[in-house]
Amino acid sequence: MPTSPSEPLPYDLAVVGAGPAGLAAAVTAAELGLRCVLLDGGHSTGGQYYRHPAPGLGAARPDRLHHGWSVYAGLAERLSAAERAEFRAGHQVWALERTGDGFAVHATRGPEAADRVTLRARTVLLAAGAYERQLPFPGWTLPGVVTAGGAQAMLKAGLVLPGRRIVVAGSGPLLLAAASSLVTAGADVPAVVEATNYLGYARRPGVLAAVPAKLVEGAGHGSALLRHGVRLRPRSAVVEAHGTDRVTAVTVARLDAEWRPLPGTERRIDCDALAVGHGLLPQIDLATELGADTVTGPDGAVALKVDARLRTSVPGLWSAGETNGVGGADLAIAEGELAGHAIAGALPRAALLRRRARLRSFADVMAAAHRPGPGWTGWLRPDTDVCRCEEVPVAKVREAVEELGAGDPRTVKLLTRAGMGWCQGRMCGPAVACLSGSGEPGPDRRPFGCPVPLSQLAAGSAAAAGE
Amino acid sequence: MNPSPPLDVVVVGAGVVGAACAYYAARAGLAVAVVDRGPVAGGTTGAGEGNLLVSDKEPGPELDLALLSTRLWRELAERFGPAMEYEAKGGVVVSATPDGQRALRAFAATQAAVGVDAEEVPAERLRELEPHLAPGLAGGFHYPQDAQVQPALAAAHLLREARRMGAGLITGETVTAIDRGPDGAVRGVRTDRRRLAAPAVINAAGTWGGELAALAGVHLPVLPRRGFVLVTEPLPRIVRHKVYAADYVADVASGSAALQTSAVVEGTPGGPVLIGASRERVGFDRTLSQEVLRRLAAQAAELFPVLADVAVLRAYRGFRPYLPDHLPAIGADPRVPGLHHACGHEGAGIGLAPATGLLISEQLTGKRPELDLTPFRADRFPAA
Repeated sequence: MPTSPSEPLPYDLAVVGAGPAGLAAAVTAAELGLRCVLLDGGHSTGGQYYRHPAPGLGAARPDRLHHGWSVYAGLAERLSAAERAEFRAGHQVWALERTGDGFAVHATRGPEAADRVTLRARTVLLAAGAYERQLPFPGWTLPGVVTAGGAQAMLKAGLVLPGRRIVVAGSGPLLLAAASSLVTAGADVPAVVEATNYLGYARRPGVLAAVPAKLVEGAGHGSALLRHGVRLRPRSAVVEAHGTDRVTAVTVARLDAEWRPLPGTERRIDCDALAVGHGLLPQIDLATELGADTVTGPDGAVALKVDARLRTSVPGLWSAGETNGVGGADLAIAEGELAGHAIAGALPRAALLRRRARLRSFADVMAAAHRPGPGWTGWLRPDTDVCRCEEVPVAKVREAVEELGAGDPRTVKLLTRAGMGWCQGRMCGPAVACLSGSGEPGPDRRPFGCPVPLSQLAAGSAAAAGE
Repeated sequence: MNPSPPLDVVVVGAGVVGAACAYYAARAGLAVAVVDRGPVAGGTTGAGEGNLLVSDKEPGPELDLALLSTRLWRELAERFGPAMEYEAKGGVVVSATPDGQRALRAFAATQAAVGVDAEEVPAERLRELEPHLAPGLAGGFHYPQDAQVQPALAAAHLLREARRMGAGLITGETVTAIDRGPDGAVRGVRTDRRRLAAPAVINAAGTWGGELAALAGVHLPVLPRRGFVLVTEPLPRIVRHKVYAADYVADVASGSAALQTSAVVEGTPGGPVLIGASRERVGFDRTLSQEVLRRLAAQAAELFPVLADVAVLRAYRGFRPYLPDHLPAIGADPRVPGLHHACGHEGAGIGLAPATGLLISEQLTGKRPELDLTPFRADRFPAA
């Protein structure tokens, strides 16, 4: 070790991800006296949720595109005031390594060998957020088909729309938010196609009533959509996107309670873009790589298992926000604050604990309501690509399962290459798990959180040297 | 699955070795069932590179097996070649120094005496074989018999073929007991869900082969030796052969517990370049080692400087099942009638699988095996 055991580590806490959870945690912990480093692959704090317009665009009012921008601005201000917190932009963390006295955090900030960075910290908070769950359908790889989150990102970061007439489809609260942003920015949204019927929420009115802000937010999206004459089509799905060079129309069909498309209910809607999303999946591979325990949430997504103080099963590793189960920015901020307190050994306010519990219950209700039904595979065709990186069609996956004895996603991957490409199965993972008949996907095991240039692996790290 | 009883043999393990055992046994007309606690190719097979090498083996029983396997893989490739991504690409071993090249020359001469094709490649001709090799190497040897398969596909297709010939496949069931009769002979196995009666059991349980042997009451000291393989982004064909530095041969043969790395670099039909292989004895610890990454990456970039700028997307990790003398256990166990072993192949299991399967099927059907199996007897290790 280059640092002797008696020499203190440079940081008490490394926070991976500067979205709502990580930002709140770093600010809280730094104000409580911890030396914090906050790392993010992006160029500013805020993460996917508080995504900034690219500086060159000169956007005057980014707050107009965001809910709760003032909350973010407050956190960002506290961060710049906090002497003990340091923000490192453009640092993509690709591995966490346990060392005798804490962690080595391995990050990359560019393509050169010298762009490797290894930071040492006593504890780590994983606040890496989430990525979109994708369910394939015929035509989903056509230009003009974007993810719901992608459409919002284009709008927030580039101030551009993916098309002029945009169908929004899939399942989850993000659809209403995306549709509302799109119509506000001037797009025509002929339909919002939602696979559930929203009855899931109504069954737990107590939980909803306890979170009035969420209702106000939902009502805000709803009224914007009403004002623009957007039609909500519940219990329906886009079962095919049409077009040759670009999407020109979609076919929408009604679904049964299991998400199986009902024959004879198809209807065609013309459009020049489709924004589709099926909720979010926790980005937890940095923790599962260390062997952290996981749980399957009410939405069927695998999240980290944490205790009441947000500790994972790996000593010294904590987790806040979407990595503990997708629940939105308010919950992420509450968990970030809570984790910041816990890591600093401070008692959080009782109100914070109550707020976090309330928001987490609400998240669970939403998650259960939007859990994909097993019948969605009914809209696949044999030639539909499941894995778009490696161009693996449904038929090849079914052959691996039926002919070659694969009964789980890993074996399907070995036998078909599905999930071996650039995204490392982040896009096709849920679909492959369904088609392999193993039900829920297991926890992600990805040795590298992102692609790493060979020269940076060869350069080694101060932490690794001498071991 | 439901293989109609009576069974002739139960194969425990659905990796490539178990698959080859099932394939050759079914082809010999035996009624076979394969049982694995995990999926097909779920253990070492699914984490391997698919090396079919003669180049790294010194004359002796293992090389004899490898040469027999080379012939069998060619036969298999005629039927399943593209499906298994079989490539008769050949190997190129390079040396950095004239001393290294001399040692390689002496080694190749001993191999040539038992039927290994090896052609010396002077330094100035290395780039004809591998245009992207680093400059300044002292020379190398070309081994045209070295080849490659995609191991999981190889196992799956051998099993599919075995099933077409009537074999049964049971995955996700753990063998909990080996039944033996009053005479001590094998009567079958029990899993957590059923009983499979058969007069013969083949232990193709890979790294867990020692535990399975213990269920039959015999000692077989199979231990894990961890390995990592780096996988790059898909690339156009920049590496044509299996290319490795001469140190690899010494590492493979080494009994040391310490970490050894000597990069074996090769392209794949899918596009990614594979960079193996580290060897260390650390039990079943799956933790990604930064030191292993550093050494493999540095050695690969030393051989092929063009790889320095390439992105690494993932790493395979697996545990090679090895026995103390680095030879596998193959064939009937004299201590337990009906028990056969097909495990402990260390890093050569993919390559040696067909020979292992064929030799055991010959034993099971009362034929004289093509090779003398004495060096592979499972009772060669004194009980601890």
